[in-house]
Amino acid sequence: MLLIDNDVIAAIIEHAEREYPHECGGMLVGRFSEGGKAVKEIFPLENAREAHARHHRVLIVPKDVMRAERYAREKKLDVVGYYHSHPNAPAVPSQYDLDHALPVWSYVIASVANAKVGDIRSWVMENDRSKFNDEPIERPLSAAG
Amino acid sequence: MAVTVIIPTPLRPFADNKSEIEVEATTAGEALEKLTAEHSGLHDHLYNERNDLRSFINVYVGDEDIRHLDGPQTPVKDGETVMIVPSIAGGSTAGESRTANELPELTNEEYARYSRHLILPEVGLEGQRKLKAARVLMIGTGGLGSPLGLYLAAAGVGTLGIVDFDVVDSSNLQRQIIHGSKDIGRPKIESARDRLLDINPNTNVEAFETRLTSENALELFRDFDVVVDGTDNFPTRYLVNDACVLTGKPNVYGSIFRFEGQASVFWAEKGACYRCLYPEPPPPGLVPSCAEGGVLGVLPGIVGTIQANEVIKVILGAEGILLNRLLLFDAWKMTFRQLKLRKDPNCPICGDHATIKELIDYEEFCGLNLPEPEKPQLEEITATQLKAMFDCGDNFQLIDVREPFEYDIARIPNSKLIPLGDVVARRSEIDQAKVAVMQCKGGVRSAKAIDALKNAGYTGRLVNLKGGIGAWSDEVDPNVPKY
Repeated sequence: MLLIDNDVIAAIIEHAEREYPHECGGMLVGRFSEGGKAVKEIFPLENAREAHARHHRVLIVPKDVMRAERYAREKKLDVVGYYHSHPNAPAVPSQYDLDHALPVWSYVIASVANAKVGDIRSWVMENDRSKFNDEPIERPLSAAG
Repeated sequence: MAVTVIIPTPLRPFADNKSEIEVEATTAGEALEKLTAEHSGLHDHLYNERNDLRSFINVYVGDEDIRHLDGPQTPVKDGETVMIVPSIAGGSTAGESRTANELPELTNEEYARYSRHLILPEVGLEGQRKLKAARVLMIGTGGLGSPLGLYLAAAGVGTLGIVDFDVVDSSNLQRQIIHGSKDIGRPKIESARDRLLDINPNTNVEAFETRLTSENALELFRDFDVVVDGTDNFPTRYLVNDACVLTGKPNVYGSIFRFEGQASVFWAEKGACYRCLYPEPPPPGLVPSCAEGGVLGVLPGIVGTIQANEVIKVILGAEGILLNRLLLFDAWKMTFRQLKLRKDPNCPICGDHATIKELIDYEEFCGLNLPEPEKPQLEEITATQLKAMFDCGDNFQLIDVREPFEYDIARIPNSKLIPLGDVVARRSEIDQAKVAVMQCKGGVRSAKAIDALKNAGYTGRLVNLKGGIGAWSDEVDPNVPKY
């Protein structure tokens, strides 16, 4: 189970729509807990792919991943996953995503069509790298109600 | 020596939930080996089936990626840290035209035929299946199209479309190696099809015996994945570019002249197009064709194979295609140079505010069928008429304005050689009281000579030989060789 605050969801949507038709990506910063993860904020990252491949590929360089890790540590949080957008494609991981995934982390995918985010889904890779499993997203009611 | 390996969060559950593990090692590779020996669950996430580090797993010794140092052999000192850092990659399949399960299977015969490709990780089985699924349209089966077609068929490109309306001429054979001596007089597409199928009977050849025009280009291009420009003239080159931009196809470009060649991949969706490089064609007549200027036969062989190389990489989805780069090759100096290209935001066809939304009249665009009202009438005669003038013993002079080496290849008897570049300076050698018939190889340079002489104040009667010495050979004396 992945717990994401509404304002974090809104931030992912904003990032994905701003970058459309290119892919966007970033780290999910939060906490591991019993049976799941809670995302507190996002750490948007620069897509390092060559411009021509950005429509359907994201590459976040290790330097940026280290930056995100350092940021999370300063806030006494962990990097708990990674989000990215799929312009004009469903919020389902591709073979490419599977080939480049790590276990444990949540992979949140936002499907974008005509610059509007539709579906947002989360996935966790099977430990034997064979496939992604759907991870239910829970959105707690915000304090403002 | 003890070094500390730092484990990223997602891999900690496979390392007893530890963030740091100390191991004894002298190289980064050894540190990882020790680590995965102790915590076997980590192995499959760090290494692929070939036991190479996965592409998205980066290993840092201090602040440096070991890929920039000595790889796994990078030495580590006592107390140093080895850090495992993932880079993150992801992406949809929306941008890919075909996914793996839609690709055609290879037959056993094809496994054997393409074995040298299959063992290259960059091509492999999936790449070979992509080649089999690919549809490539070649414009022209001449100098560039010849090696291009041969290599693409040999490489296993499934469908090759060929567009040409010409017939094989003996003067083609010096460079157009897809055709043979037995093919002289045959339509080029027939001769090319036979040769392609001989190389690879699995190839599906779709032949279009037609001139590529603004009327048929879009419909033709839509059915193909990649278009290869092997044309020899500017109107068709702009037509190919514009039709590729409008249909979203990559245009693998090549051109040749004398000893120099150019190649690039124009792909408006991903970078510059031909018009970003050359917004306007050169003035008509400035750049001579290969028929007028000559071309080293092996040159199109080199440029055409560079095009074939790029076509294959485009199909495989390789990095490092010749996009936004113009490759310049000089066969005489044997040098390759590269120019960086940029997409022009003001490009009339692929820019932000494109003004060209459909195909235009490219002959007109290149200034080829515009009337030239200023030009005084040029008096011309045919080779047959010239022969009659000789036979009747007319009192005239025949001036050949070609270069001395051309004069050595073939000449019309009783002609006087004054090369075009010297004709004004040596005009006193032409008798103004007599008719002067001006002659070159095809009639273009002699017309220029007449212009130049008139502009220089020559007042005698000047007559152009239509079709030059080529027409003389055709109409009067076949013993005069054509070149």
